[in-house]
Amino acid sequence: MSGAVTAEGIGQPVRRKEDFRFITGNGHYTDDIARARQTWAYFLRSPHAHARIKSIDTSVAEAAPGVVAIFTGRHVADDGLGGLICGWTVTSKDGTPMKVGPHPILALDTVRYVGDHVAMVVAETLADARAAAELIDVDYEALPAAVALSTCQDEKTAQVHAEAPRNTCFEWELGNKAETEAAFAKADRVVKLDLTNNRLIPNAMEPRAAIGEYDKGSGIYTLHTTSQNPHVARLVLSAFVGVAPEHKLRVVAPDVGGGFGSKIFIYAEETACVWAAAKVGRPIKWTGDRSEAFLSDAHGRDHLSHAELALDKDGKFLGLRVKTVANLGAYLSTFSASVPTYLYGTLLSGQYDLPAIYVEVDGVYTHTAPVDAYRGAGRPEATYLVERIVETAARETGIDPAELRRRNYIRTFPHQTPVIMNYDAGDYEASLEAAMEAIDYKGFAARKSEAASRGKLRGIGMSSYIEACGLAPSAAVGSLGAGVGLWESAEVRVNPTGNIEVLTGSHSHGQGHETTFAQLVASRLGVPLDNVEIVHGDTDRVQFGMGTYGSRSGAVGMSAIVRALDKIEAKAKKIAAHLMEAAVEDIVFENGTFTVQGTDKSLAWAELSLAAYTAHGFPSADIEPGLKEGAFYDPTNFTFPAGCHICEVEIDPDTGITRIVKFVAVDDFGTVINPMIVEGQVHGGIAQGIGQALLEHGVYDPESGQLVTGSYMDYCMPRADDLPNFTLGFTKTVCPSNPLGMKGCGEAGAIASPPAIINAVTDALGIRDIEMPATPARVWEALQSAAPRAAAE
Amino acid sequence: MSVVAMTVNGKPASADVEPRTLLVQFIREQLGLTGTHVGCDTSQCGACVVHVDGRAVKSCTMLAAQAEGAEVLTIEGLAANGDLHPVQKAFREHHGLQCGFCTPGMIMTAVDLIRRKPELDEETVRDELEGNICRCTGYHNIVKAILAASQEMR
Ligand code: FES
Ligand code: FES
Repeated sequence: MSGAVTAEGIGQPVRRKEDFRFITGNGHYTDDIARARQTWAYFLRSPHAHARIKSIDTSVAEAAPGVVAIFTGRHVADDGLGGLICGWTVTSKDGTPMKVGPHPILALDTVRYVGDHVAMVVAETLADARAAAELIDVDYEALPAAVALSTCQDEKTAQVHAEAPRNTCFEWELGNKAETEAAFAKADRVVKLDLTNNRLIPNAMEPRAAIGEYDKGSGIYTLHTTSQNPHVARLVLSAFVGVAPEHKLRVVAPDVGGGFGSKIFIYAEETACVWAAAKVGRPIKWTGDRSEAFLSDAHGRDHLSHAELALDKDGKFLGLRVKTVANLGAYLSTFSASVPTYLYGTLLSGQYDLPAIYVEVDGVYTHTAPVDAYRGAGRPEATYLVERIVETAARETGIDPAELRRRNYIRTFPHQTPVIMNYDAGDYEASLEAAMEAIDYKGFAARKSEAASRGKLRGIGMSSYIEACGLAPSAAVGSLGAGVGLWESAEVRVNPTGNIEVLTGSHSHGQGHETTFAQLVASRLGVPLDNVEIVHGDTDRVQFGMGTYGSRSGAVGMSAIVRALDKIEAKAKKIAAHLMEAAVEDIVFENGTFTVQGTDKSLAWAELSLAAYTAHGFPSADIEPGLKEGAFYDPTNFTFPAGCHICEVEIDPDTGITRIVKFVAVDDFGTVINPMIVEGQVHGGIAQGIGQALLEHGVYDPESGQLVTGSYMDYCMPRADDLPNFTLGFTKTVCPSNPLGMKGCGEAGAIASPPAIINAVTDALGIRDIEMPATPARVWEALQSAAPRAAAE
Repeated sequence: MSVVAMTVNGKPASADVEPRTLLVQFIREQLGLTGTHVGCDTSQCGACVVHVDGRAVKSCTMLAAQAEGAEVLTIEGLAANGDLHPVQKAFREHHGLQCGFCTPGMIMTAVDLIRRKPELDEETVRDELEGNICRCTGYHNIVKAILAASQEMR
């Protein structure tokens, strides 16, 4: 028994409990739900990036076959429903709060991006709803649009919201301007770089979907939806939109087919479905198709930056100053204001002892889809900037890139950066050395000349990244503008027969919580893994939770479970003490058995569980019957996963095609519960990072504001033959800020890899910069413009 | 409306459907076999792959009527007599899935691939997965699982 427990314990690559249902086709995703008498919703979307709605005539559509009802912004407004909100308020450097334009569920008089929601048709079938939507007569007055990030703050550019002159939502700053200026004044060298962080479209493989229901008898609304945080969705829908009071609204996120941030947010579609379910008196189902996902899922990244790094004569960093323009899209999405500010500026110190930093970020509106958190959220943008300018500095000073990093690494902890964060633990050189070893850094020169003999260009690039995870200490984020606390909850329910249900506020949409959380509980209580059930994603079962994003479920969600288990153990020991007539201090709990120290008395877990519920053997005046405990865990600090990724590429100068020959990732995630799952998270993250660096780009036509990359024919998703096998390694410094010592692993790959790849590509090409994605066309162009210069030299 | 009849997972299946009904809609909506997924609208992602008369087909790209009289196998029918297929086992063993949404299509594609090309190598697997998109795994463990299953089935 104890052997079996060990094989399932912490640190073991336990095969996933959730897999059986997925490999046999028995998962339950939102679109798999079919309700009796359900209707279908279809959303009529704006074909214009910016237009005034002069009138909407639904009369012909209403008479079309199968139509049950048609709703427009007028209905929503007349019903007194509020708009969608941004849960984080950013304050500009002049002390004014960010300038927020209205975000109606269905457009009232203006549409602000292609795909904006104009009307919802509810019909007997999806085909009926779609056909009727074409019969709605909308009279638009098309208006000029603000599309390009580089010009959207110009005086003469069209305005997205009257509330925000020059389309500027906020002008934020962080760091110390005067100290940074002083650092630059005494610098021996200043390295400058302009950077674009390309717009990405998340593309979880399961499109968003919802089914809204209303029970007339109880007045209870139920929404099944593709959410990473159903409780937050319920809170927003209740407290801000006003669909129904919290206790009359149940939100369920069943199996969810990937999120990567895009399913954190509360969108118009699910809101409209659950609200209108009461109006039509029947369930309303909506399943987005991929084209709708491209148009209306919140996009990611999209920054333009100018960065300057000051160095002394030995290559020691003195200061960093950054000016960034961050695209927010047409409306503020649920957490969008936090992403290019507190999730970005705070990470600009990287792994380096950087005495002075000053960053300014303008968050701007454009007539494009909202931009919000996408895997990494702000931290990839920060890492890209830091690691690209550090690499550029290495090239300009002639110091080896690894050596320049070594000279500047933070080596003592805790370390207070100039940009809020207090790093608690790390060993950056350890991951650098391990990664250099794994890729045979020393042998690169030989490989480069061998490639050259075949007419190919080899390059190598590294990235020493850090991120802040485990979001987040509630009071700290509150002081920075968050509208919510970022603790997590857990409840451990021990049943009379000794098996266990764990209710968690975290949500799994691919991360394998049903396995890793069960590993924690099983090893702590000494029960088989199969006796532990992880319950999540249903506001009726789990009281409250903040959900899963920002690599927080291990560091925060599991810490809450640890706290609840502490309480379970304490109570169980009290009961055991009564049952075995011993002092509670003498009770030892190990491998699922309670013993009395120095005696042969013992009590098995199942006996104790039953006794807790029969309540025969202890005074229930002192100890309540039952065995169920809950905890809310609020982290004491962020966690700081860090590591080093190194990429080696080979470029074919004739075609411009970049092949990743080898990709090495060495990460320090602190304690790892299940290495198999952690490696899978790193693989997936790197794939998305390679996608950003080489393939993916969300492009709008700068004049019309039409989304040019609106399907898999135009938006280049990484496929199996675009990617290499990955070589992974791990180093470990335990995180001192949570009981398990975990740091989080979900985003590292997407954060670390883009600069490593672009550093490798620019190294191979011998150029300073290339814009992401470094497609064959861009690489080829870069080669052509570099060629004459090379020839002339 | 017209009646379409075929064999699905060894059982006769028929329904009165509109002529424009896609095979994937027939499978999901008429038969309630929701293991087959829809991930795109341009025949690119492969979440919908099933076998029609023994060959892998994107069921979003075919009308139900075109499968009239055919033998259709979906993910639900792959584990014969309750024993997991070696490809299913390999996906679990090698962690070839995370959110599970692409998984049924990946597995059905892989089963067909191993049938067509019993001697697989990594490059061939990666090439052949061109029509299946996974956003979670970076394909690393999917490739590993397919190679392991093909070894196992030799
Ligand atoms: S749904 Fe069939 S290929 Fe995407
Ligand atoms: S496992 Fe999520 S898309 Fe493949």
